[in-house]
Amino acid sequence: MAQIVSLSEAVEATVQDGASVALEGFTHLIPFAAGHEVLRQGRRELELIRMTPDILYDQMIGVGAARKLVFSYGGNPGVGSLHRFRDAVEHGWPRPIEVEEHSHAGMANRYVAGASRLPFMVMRGYQGTDLATRTNVRTVICPFTGEQLAAVPALNPEVAIVHAQEADRDGNVQLWGIPGVQKEAVLAAQRSVVTVERIVDQLELRPGGVVIPGWVIDYVAPAPGGSLPSYALGITERDNDFYREWDRISRDREHFQAWMSEQGLLG
Amino acid sequence: MSVDYTNGELQTVVAARSLAGKRSCFIGVGRPSTAALLARMVHNPRLVLVYESGTIGAKPHRVPLSIGDGELAQSADLVVSVPEMFNYWIGPGRVQVAFLGAAQIDPHANLNSTVIGDYAHPRTRLPGAGGAPEIATGCAEVVVIAPHSKRTFVQRLDFKTTRGERTTLVITDLGVLEPRDGVLTLTTVHPGVSVDEVRENTGFELAVSESLKVSEPPSTEELNALRELVSR
Repeated sequence: MAQIVSLSEAVEATVQDGASVALEGFTHLIPFAAGHEVLRQGRRELELIRMTPDILYDQMIGVGAARKLVFSYGGNPGVGSLHRFRDAVEHGWPRPIEVEEHSHAGMANRYVAGASRLPFMVMRGYQGTDLATRTNVRTVICPFTGEQLAAVPALNPEVAIVHAQEADRDGNVQLWGIPGVQKEAVLAAQRSVVTVERIVDQLELRPGGVVIPGWVIDYVAPAPGGSLPSYALGITERDNDFYREWDRISRDREHFQAWMSEQGLLG
Repeated sequence: MSVDYTNGELQTVVAARSLAGKRSCFIGVGRPSTAALLARMVHNPRLVLVYESGTIGAKPHRVPLSIGDGELAQSADLVVSVPEMFNYWIGPGRVQVAFLGAAQIDPHANLNSTVIGDYAHPRTRLPGAGGAPEIATGCAEVVVIAPHSKRTFVQRLDFKTTRGERTTLVITDLGVLEPRDGVLTLTTVHPGVSVDEVRENTGFELAVSESLKVSEPPSTEELNALRELVSR
């Protein structure tokens, strides 16, 4: 059963130096507050896992918190590059970073395998691309039809952290809007934290809402506004201006460090 | 009657026309999104827009900045998880057309969106594959929208992210290329663009169709709709 604790307690209890951590949220409900708490606690040598690194991982990579990144699309959506991610890969600044990349379909199916506690998932993909030679994918022959398919290994992060709109006092969580891979990430991980906009007496079930029961979650922590500058549908709005502004903040190393220092995120 | 327009506007208009009569289209952000919204306004109000974020049948009023903008989820016919998007919708070919972009494209319409330079020590690290590889093999028709330059149109990709077999059109700011026997061939130039200009901006030996066409300039209706759309 999920314990309802403060954000700092939840992060302290789950994220140690060197951990593999998935902070998920596909273009929506990105757990910024939790990622920032990881930085405030000074965690380093992390294996960061996320389909779309987005600004949050640009910040975490830029301060040198990550030793490895597992991902499928590392851009600033609609704006351009993630400059800190690029600097780390292209110039090893502030430290070299190991990269393991997949397609979105590959990453999504890796989470599905992880959530299912299966060793791998099969899919059509990767064949005939250079990705197949550069990442962790194999081929399997379908025992029924003989078709050659791609096999992607299960992803079971040590910790998954996601953000949702609300939880009740037993830690049952509901999110709605774009559901991404949050449910899969929570079920795939060994331990999980869900930050929420608000705690309510009773969940009001919504059509299309995704409910994650409290008995598969370790910690629930209130974090109002905790996905900004991403958003929580119906509660906060995506700060598109900040996504554009980030391009300017992050382009230059010194400017980036000054900004992160101002926010207390240098760890 | 002639109306002033930019070649970028014409590129968007030509991309929108390619969606006339189509059932559904997978789109990313930027020019593809603008073109698909324009298609719904002018050519094909029933076109189903599918965004990678899981929003199927999205009807945004404004061109979204990101594929995750709230308006996409709120206006969609259904919103699905990422695994469902790829396993139930993209993979089995339920989406007819895909609009894709890329940093590099080769004569067989293979695409690179991963790195410029060597993979282990890239000169430019690009965002990566995203959904493109499976979209390009799942959708029946792939339309590539790209700026026409020697940097983009290359003989040899630095990295093959996405396969080009299903590409039917490559729409640039200079014209349109289509595969002929598996090789991209210039079939249409935009008004005022010469074949030599296209050749000078193409990094591989350019095949040119014997029945080269000139694209129809934007109509007043198309141009007004486009400008109204981007001003929202």
